[in-house]
Formats: sequence, structure tokens, C-alpha cells
Amino acid sequence: MVQLTLPKNSRMTTGKTWPKPEGANNIRKFQIYRWNPDDGKNPSVDTYWVDMDNCGPMILDALIKIKNEIDPTLTFRRSCREGICGSCAMNIDGINTLACIYGMDEVKGDVKIYPLPHMPVIKDLIPDLTHFYAQHASIMPWLETKTNRPAKEWKQSIGDRKKLDGLYECVMCACCSTSCPSYWWNGDRYLGPAALLHAYRWIIDSRDEATGERLDELEDPFKLYRCHTIMNCAKTCPKGLNPALAIAEIKKMMVERTV
Amino acid sequence: MAAYEYETHDYDVVVVGAGGAGLRATLGMAEQGLRTACVTKVFPTRSHTVAAQGGIAASLSNMGPDNWQWHMYDTVKGSDWLGDTDAMEYLAREAPKAVYELEHYGVPFSRTEEGKIYQRPFGGHTTEFGEGPPVQRTCAAADRTGHAILHTLYGQSLKNNAEFYIEYFAIDLIMSDDGVCQGVVCWKLDDGTMHVFNAKMVVLATGGYGRAYFSATSAHTCTGDGGGMVARQGLALQDMEFVQFHPTGIYGSGCLITEGARGEGGYLTNSEGERFMERYAPNYKDLAPRDYVSRCMTMEIREGRGVGAGGDHIHLNLSHLPAEALAERLPGISESAKVFAGVNVNKEPIPVLPTVHYNMGGIPTNYFGEVLDPTAKDPNAVVPGLMAVGEAGCASVHGANRLGSNSLIDLVVFGRAAAIRAGKVVDAEAANGALNQASVDAAFDRFDGLRNANGGTPTAELRLEMQKTMQEDAAVFRTDKTLKEGVEKMTNVAAKVDDLKVTDRSLVWNSDLMETLELTNLMPNALATIVGAEARKESRGAHAHEDYTTRDDENWRVHTISRVDGKDVELSHRPVITAPLSTEAEGGINLNRIAPKERTF
Ligand SMILES: Cc1cc2nc3c(=O)[nH]c(=O)nc-3n(C[C@H](O)[C@H](O)[C@H](O)COP(=O)(O)OP(=O)(O)OC[C@H]3O[C@@H](n4cnc5c(N)ncnc54)[C@H](O)[C@@H]3O)c2cc1C
Ligand code: SF4
Ligand code: SF4
Ligand code: FES
Repeated sequence: MVQLTLPKNSRMTTGKTWPKPEGANNIRKFQIYRWNPDDGKNPSVDTYWVDMDNCGPMILDALIKIKNEIDPTLTFRRSCREGICGSCAMNIDGINTLACIYGMDEVKGDVKIYPLPHMPVIKDLIPDLTHFYAQHASIMPWLETKTNRPAKEWKQSIGDRKKLDGLYECVMCACCSTSCPSYWWNGDRYLGPAALLHAYRWIIDSRDEATGERLDELEDPFKLYRCHTIMNCAKTCPKGLNPALAIAEIKKMMVERTV
Repeated sequence: MAAYEYETHDYDVVVVGAGGAGLRATLGMAEQGLRTACVTKVFPTRSHTVAAQGGIAASLSNMGPDNWQWHMYDTVKGSDWLGDTDAMEYLAREAPKAVYELEHYGVPFSRTEEGKIYQRPFGGHTTEFGEGPPVQRTCAAADRTGHAILHTLYGQSLKNNAEFYIEYFAIDLIMSDDGVCQGVVCWKLDDGTMHVFNAKMVVLATGGYGRAYFSATSAHTCTGDGGGMVARQGLALQDMEFVQFHPTGIYGSGCLITEGARGEGGYLTNSEGERFMERYAPNYKDLAPRDYVSRCMTMEIREGRGVGAGGDHIHLNLSHLPAEALAERLPGISESAKVFAGVNVNKEPIPVLPTVHYNMGGIPTNYFGEVLDPTAKDPNAVVPGLMAVGEAGCASVHGANRLGSNSLIDLVVFGRAAAIRAGKVVDAEAANGALNQASVDAAFDRFDGLRNANGGTPTAELRLEMQKTMQEDAAVFRTDKTLKEGVEKMTNVAAKVDDLKVTDRSLVWNSDLMETLELTNLMPNALATIVGAEARKESRGAHAHEDYTTRDDENWRVHTISRVDGKDVELSHRPVITAPLSTEAEGGINLNRIAPKERTF
């Protein structure tokens, strides 16, 4: 599935092969995408060897080990190391996922690591997510109410609250959107699965009083209707969410309100 | 002098940090009509607040009788009488309002049958001033409360058009020669440019420094940057020796299993299958405060009743709970246990170990969030132009030990309080003052020095040495001997900062350099922690000392103030504020209720 957008006028080259760790019996080969905007060189794939007997079980553990012990210039985002902050999204063995919760044992053979596909790359495994964030911001990710606020909480039944499950847990990692062919080709105007999942999260919140406006905003040939139910998004989501289903629900609401 | 070109930005307020505290402060500042920038080294929803699981404390009484005075009492007792009483009253009183506000912003709280916010029991939260049964006070969004709150606050900030500077790393504060904070120098990661923020008020909301230790529940980005920046200006840190170990970090990875797991009925067992907490804490059992449970677990392990091949950890049992309850209330930790311990919580116990979790200490502030520069003459003197909120600050509401779910509430209550105060002290009409150029240059010099650091010790190596030292010598059990050795070791470790080696010399997303800057922030925090611990000859809250096993109110009911200069730490003291905000006649708490007494469970 890896389809990279290379920086302009560049082509991929074979990079450096780093030395194997000494005295290790159980080593594994990692092939990692490298690109540094500062040095004017073409992107390349570097080869590293990691001692598996002295490494944590997750892909992120190996990346950190490489950075700490072999090559401090290797660059990637990470923070929580438990799959909740959404920082460490990358393409591992052809799959968009979170490096901190993706087990080394889930990969067969050499481990190939690339940045999220079809995004501009800032450096190494770090994509530029500015546009992705702007799309999220555009769906009004907040509660809109018109009625006067109660002194205490808005009431919500257990059943209504349940409707938010499978939606509010999104960590905004962009794995889904960057695996969606429609987003690859029309990402400038198609909102993509992540932003649409968030849109549905607020549409379906029983406390929200702007459903009409929210649907109006999405009534557009590009923003919503570029989803062709290819399902890559649901397949790849590292949190097990199903954006395609959320999109289908929005489409259903669009139909329902016209009849 | 290092020559870096930079862009200058003028604001009324600059908030450094976009976790719960930073976002709440930013929102409030904007509401007060102040031009506000929020600078953050990670995208807001990636801040560590996102990892908070169990919930946020407020006496809403949704599950049974409760009131703010009971919450205040529990917080005072939880703090082992080291918290500042005015701040603790403010926290408990303002908490319900702050939670309703979050709900109105859209936080997807779990619900009760009547559609109200669901609240669960948490350690140390009781009724009737500790004499009644446990209370359900912790408002929860399943076990993803921090995520729910952080994402909602971020959305709300977008609604209010907050101005974010994302993936900007704050390097140092800009201070005038007479001690007024004037702004902050930042490095923009994605293009390598430099930015100077000129502001009438700087708010540090940079979070904790859990990564000073080898095994922590905190994120890699919890590096105490605010504390580092403050220490470099010769300003004070407070109560740094109080580091909370959470009883249930997953053995190995350190990932957290929320106290909510015990709140929902989980319990700890040793190698004999005994529910040992019943023996140590007949009343509170597994829901005794964290410092106490962590100490009991360590005791069990040291006495040879640990579980596992090495006998070096404890079991947390959840398998007796109904599968539906686990799925509905603890879905996140069920997932974590599977991923990080290979355990199916419906069938097996989770291997756990006390793990560094929270820093009670931090930058001293009053309950408005204003940073203090305590002197012998005025222990509550304010640093003009500087505030600190959230885990980076020390108001001090958590004293020697924080109660579970009291941090999230601290973030929003004091984030808001800081905004209200700034609305009063910042003159939005006035022009921004001229910056102290020497202070700006000093920041760039430091940056450039580290960027070109070419010594013999790579950053990762020195960081590991610091983390191992802190883990060994400044952990749950502390003795005169280990602490003394620890101080010596840490002093040597800190001296090696001058011998650092940075490999990456670039400016765009140079994470080698960023980790180095972070290490120079972790270091003063770590040093102050171990030196403060060595000096405190008593046991209080999270500071349990084997050679002085009791609390000594006569000599030690005082805040530790530390000023770190390179590898040297100078200690002094600041009195604890014992007066509440309101008298009993005004509806405040009866002072006898909160008078110091032995802490039993
Ligand atoms: C696993 C876990 C679970 C927890 N669960 C609970 C719970 O259930 N209930 C509870 O009450 N508490 C809980 N806590 C504690 C609580 O989550 C934290 O204390 C709290 O979230 C800290 O929030 P904060 O806003 O102060 O800082 P953080 O959320 O850590 O945010 C720090 C911010 O500062 C920014 N920053 C830092 N340094 C710089 C710099 N140099 N330049 C620019 N920006 C910078 C970061 O980008 C980030 O935005 C938990 C903690 C952990 C570790
Ligand atoms: S289902 Fe829709 S959003 Fe998901 S990958 Fe396919 S086209 Fe994209
Ligand atoms: S829906 Fe899943 S894959 Fe998409 S951004 Fe959210 S968490 Fe990531
Ligand atoms: S580091 Fe947070 S999701 Fe991987």
C-alpha cells in the first residue's frame, strides 16, 4: 500500500547501511525512510540492525533504540507510548498504524518503515499534518447549543451516550485518511474519514442543537460524497474505529432529511 | 554571541503548554479580552493530559450525599497537611462549577440512569470528614477521561479562535534585570526558525517531569521544561521531593492501570493470593491513598511475597468483575493490559508495580496561579509577569501526596483562576515593553551551545544515567544512606551536562537537539528532587523515610524551596498557609476538622 509523495524533483535512493550491533545473537533488519530538508539530498532508505534480545516488544521501542544507540539523527514523533496521543502514526510493513502499539511480532521478515503515505514530509518519518488539522477544525468540533444552559449538566441518557462510543475515542492519528484513495486524490476538498468521523460524533450527540447546520455544511459534492466505501479507513484504524460506518450514517441522514 | 535571526510577536499573554491547564488558561484569557498565544511543543491533543484515565473529582453528589467541605477535608488529609489551605479550599469549592462547565463544552461523560454525570469511587475520597463510607466523587468518561476533556477543550479553543503556535519549543524565559518576566524565546520545529514572544504575562503550563525516572507512567514529553526554565532564572522550585508512585503501573512497560480499576472493585494480591491491603488499611483497603498503597506493595515485595518469576511485582485482579462492567467502564485498560502485558482481564490478573506518576512539587504559586519568589522577608512575594498552572505548578493543593482525580480538576480550576487574575493585572491597552536584549541573547547562546555540543556523552546516555540514578536512590523507600549516595551520584551526573554530545546539527525538526534541551530541563528538576529528599528528615505523604518513620509537624510542616544553579542546589523553607479562604461563620470549614492528626486508613 505504500505510496509516497516524494519531495519535488527527487527520487528515492539507497541510503546508508549502519553497522550491526556487536555480540548480538538475535538481530533484526529495519529499513527506514530518511529525508532531511536541510542537506539537499534525495530521500533514501537506511538499513539498521537491532538487537532483539535487548529491546521492548513494540516497533516504537526499536525506533527509540536506534535513535538512542545507533543514529541520533533519526526523526519521528512520539509521546505517550501507549496508543492514546496519536503522535507516532507511520506506515509499517505497508500498514498505517501507531508504532507504539504495533508489535514487532506482527511483522514478518525485515521491518520496513515509511511516513504516512501521500502527505508532504517534513523530515524522515514526520508528515506535515497542517491540512489534516484544518479539516478537523472545519467541522466545528465543539458542542453547539441554543437553549439556555442548565445550572448543572445537560442530561443525556445512557443510550444516547452510547451513540458516542466508537467515535469520541479517535486519537487524530491520520492513519485512516492517509489510507483512503479518495483522500489521496481529492484530499484538498474531500474531508476524509477522520474529519467526517468527528463531524458525525457531534451530529449524533443528543446535547447538540446544530444538526441542521452541520449537515448543511457537508452538503457538497466533495466534502462528503467522495467516500466510495472502499473501507481502507476502518481496516487500518489502530483504535479499531469505523469511520466508513460514520460516513454512511451521515449520508443516510442526508437522504432522510430530504424526504 | 550566537547570531540567529528571529521574528518577534507581541501579545498580552503567552501560554506555554496546551494540555488541560494550558488550554483552560488560554480559553479564559481570550474570554477576558486579552490577546493570547498558546505555544506548544506537541499538537494540543497529543499533550499528556490525553492519557488521564480515571476521572476528575468534584462533589456533584450525583451518586449520593457529598459536599465541597468533605472534598476539602480529603484533599487536606491526602496532602498529609503540606498543602496550602487557601488553595485547597478554592479547589474544592470551585470544582463542581468547573466540571459543569466542561460538560457544557461537550465532554462525553459517562452517565447515570437519570442522565447525570457518572461518578466513581477513587482512593482517599470519603464522606463525613473521613468518618463515613467512601464517596463516588470522580466524574468519568469511561476510562478515557483525560482524552475526552483534552479533545473537548481543544475544540472549544477553536470555537473561540485561540491562536496556537504548534510544534514551537520554548527554550527560555526572557527576564528584565529587575526580575519581571517579559516573554519567551521559541524554536519552530517544522522550519527551524526562531521566534521571540513579547508578552505582559507568561503562563507556564508545561506539565510534569516524570521522565526524570527510568520507569514512569508519563509520556516521553513530560520533561519538566517549565521547571527548567524557571530554575535557569534563579527562581524557586517547591516541594520537589514529593514524587507520587502510582500503585498500578503495568510491570515492564510502566503504562498506567487507573485507580478506577480498584474503584470499580478490583483488588491487589500477593504471591500467597492474599488481599493484603485489608491487613494494612482495614477501612480504606485497596482504596487507601496512593502513597500508602505503593508503600504496602513495596513492603510485600521486600518481605518475599511478590509474584512472578523474580517475585518482584504484585497482581491486580479484575476477573471477578462482570464482563459488561469491564467493557463499559474500563475498556481502555482492558486494551492496555492485552497489548502491554498480554493479559485478558476477564480471566487473569494484571502484573503491576508502583511506578512514578505525578510530581506534587513544581513552580510555587499562590492560588491565582502567580509565581512566587519566596524571600525571608516575604514568603509569598510574586514574580511580576509570570504564572504557572497544572502539574508544572505547585499552588499547593496536593502537598505531599495528590489524591487520584484531583489533578484534572486542578488543571481546569487553576487554569481558569489564572485567566481571571490576568484579566485584572494585565493592561490590554498598554503597549508591550522593550525586551531585555541580554536575556534574549542568553537564550540563543544556550541554544547554540547545545546545538554544537561536541563532548563525549551522547544525550541518550546521560539521560539513562540520570533516570537509573533517580530510580535507584529517590524511589518509594528512602534512607539517609541511599539518599546521601544518590545526591553525590546525581551531582556527578549533572556535571556531565557540560560534556554532552549532539550529533544532529540541523534546525528543522532536530529531535536530537530537542531531547538535549529537554534533558537540560529534566536535570534541575531531578537534582532538586533528590537534594530535597535528602534534607527532609521525616516521613510525609510520598516521602517515606526509613530512618525517620513519622511525620514531624513541629520541624517539617514547611515547604521546601530549592534554587538550582548548575549542579548545586540551595535549599530554604516557606511556611505552609494554614488559614482557609473563609471562616466558619462565612460558611467555611471548621478548623478543628482540618487540624493535623495521624493519617490512618
Ligand atoms: C497515565 C496517567 C493517567 C492519569 N490519570 C489521571 C486521572 O484519572 N485523574 C487525574 O486527575 N489525573 C490523572 N493524571 C495526572 C494528570 O493527567 C496530569 O497531571 C495532567 O494531565 C497534567 O496536565 P498539564 O496541563 O499540567 O500538562 P500536560 O498535559 O502534560 O501538558 C503539557 C503541555 O506543555 C507543552 N510543553 C511542555 N514543554 C514545552 C516547551 N518547552 N515548549 C512548548 N510547549 C511545551 C506540551 O506540548 C503540552 O502541551 C494521570 C497521569 C498519567 C501519567
Ligand atoms: S470508506 Fe470512504 S473514507 Fe473510508 S477509505 Fe473508503 S473512501 Fe475513504
Ligand atoms: S479514526 Fe482511527 S485512524 Fe482515523 S484518525 Fe481517528 S484514530 Fe486515527
Ligand atoms: S506515542 Fe502516543 S500514540 Fe504512539
